[in-house]
Amino acid sequence: MSADFGSMLFVFVLATFIGLGVIRRVSRLLYTPLMSLTNAISAIAVVGSIVVTGADHPLAIRILGAVALFASMTNIVSGFMITDRMLKMFKKQ
Amino acid sequence: MHLIGELSAVLATALFIFALYWMNDPKTARRGVIAGVTGMSVAVLATWFQPEIVHHAWVVGAIAVGFLVGVPLSRVPLTAVPQRTALSHAFGGLAAGLVGTAEYFLWLGGPATAAVQLTPFRMSALVAEVILGFLTFTGSLMAAGKLQEVRWIPQRPVTYPGQNVVNIGVLALAVALGVLLVSHPAASWAGQAFLGIAGLALLFGVLLIIPIGGADMPTVISILNAYAGLAAVAMGFVLNNKLLVTAGALDGSSGLILSIIMCRAMNRSFTNVLFGAFGKAQPALAAGEQKEWKQETVEGAAQLLEQARNVVIIPGYGMAVAQAQHKVRELYDALTKRGVTVKFAIHPVAGRMPGHMNVLLAEANIPYSALVEMDEINPEMPQTDVALVVGANDVVNPAARYAKATPIYGMPIIDADKAKTVLAVKRSKNPGFAGIDNELYVQDNTWMLFGDAKAVLGDLVKQFGGGGIH
Repeated sequence: MSADFGSMLFVFVLATFIGLGVIRRVSRLLYTPLMSLTNAISAIAVVGSIVVTGADHPLAIRILGAVALFASMTNIVSGFMITDRMLKMFKKQ
Repeated sequence: MHLIGELSAVLATALFIFALYWMNDPKTARRGVIAGVTGMSVAVLATWFQPEIVHHAWVVGAIAVGFLVGVPLSRVPLTAVPQRTALSHAFGGLAAGLVGTAEYFLWLGGPATAAVQLTPFRMSALVAEVILGFLTFTGSLMAAGKLQEVRWIPQRPVTYPGQNVVNIGVLALAVALGVLLVSHPAASWAGQAFLGIAGLALLFGVLLIIPIGGADMPTVISILNAYAGLAAVAMGFVLNNKLLVTAGALDGSSGLILSIIMCRAMNRSFTNVLFGAFGKAQPALAAGEQKEWKQETVEGAAQLLEQARNVVIIPGYGMAVAQAQHKVRELYDALTKRGVTVKFAIHPVAGRMPGHMNVLLAEANIPYSALVEMDEINPEMPQTDVALVVGANDVVNPAARYAKATPIYGMPIIDADKAKTVLAVKRSKNPGFAGIDNELYVQDNTWMLFGDAKAVLGDLVKQFGGGGIH
């Protein structure tokens, strides 16, 4: 279990550094779409929600999972769609 | 099967990083959305096809409802984007909190051997996930309510004596219960304690946002963004899922960077934003001499603009409220056609979320090459013939440079006052959000145009013979 902890923390620290490096280069024009894009990406919680909803768990647990799955899916759909809608509007001339 | 899961997680992570990388230029940004959608689809399908998923109807149902709500939410008017963003942070927090709660009770109610899995590390991650998730949920709902101007949520900051003590006390109590749970994860009272933590986190989210006002929203939304990301990271620790940890960390670092940029643009610290309610009644500034506003007619203003060689338009939240961005575009067209150089000066915290003004102006088809950041436009301001302020207030208040008693002291501003002539479109004679008089408006070279920004700009455009081409 402690090996788990070590490797997960390792992944977290590296991903944070990559995130800081990449986000720092994002165009200032695009901060609003950036926020809706990262929002859709962090709805990766959908992965956990699917397992809780779809596996053979007690009913109450599956209901919690289904609400979480609904919430994540809403973020994925609306997040990516509105990001694209906003990005389409940015024209050079 | 396990290998496929691992490989798809690596692929999804790479695609997410590319998605963010392509956001460095508006030209490549839409590629980022495709990368993001692909990564997300890979992750969802790889999870769904695991043999342990048996209740497919439940998964399909929840996903379908997600689409039903998500599609209309992506079509809101762009002036409502700050609320939509806050709402999606709320959904992200809710998902994390609920999955954490479900996982905990699964372990608690599972076979006796399962309790062994509740290592101190995993239990700490669970507590963190639930606290972060639920406080982000109610906090973001409150923020969305304030932005949407829901009637029963006060817009102005609500403060009372001992507020910070109460807030920190609630959070400390939740953390203390969490520490107890980590040492006794399967005690007879553990279930109630867990629900207690969830309840306290929900309460803390509300208390945290009550004292925060509109002008602080760009910072608060960014901070909630970071919390939502961290909640996903905690979920990844709980489920031992590296994809969750990386995607959450990308979201968290984005929220962190935006928060830092917003705080810097207001010359305030994190703690000051969260614990030092902005916009409380402030002592009147230099109460002695009261200078008078000078009002200008639309005809006079049009003449000033027409005779200028270069004009800088400074938009603020007032432009968003009045939905005046399309009229701004018509004015931009009319002036450009007459050979006037028109640029837009964008303050990082203008509006209610990071980048708010850029999106509104892009919606009105204003080319992004005309949108200039504060640091780049300020050196040009002394050579500017006319600075046209449209619904901006605190971000152009020269008092920020020297008036130590005001909350905006030290905040970098757009140097509108240094332009040769200033025209300011303002809805009313009330002071701005921070409650401070703006001496820009009583300067010798400033002329006021009172009225709704959309109506005033519409009248201005008419002076140019309709001007706008659409």
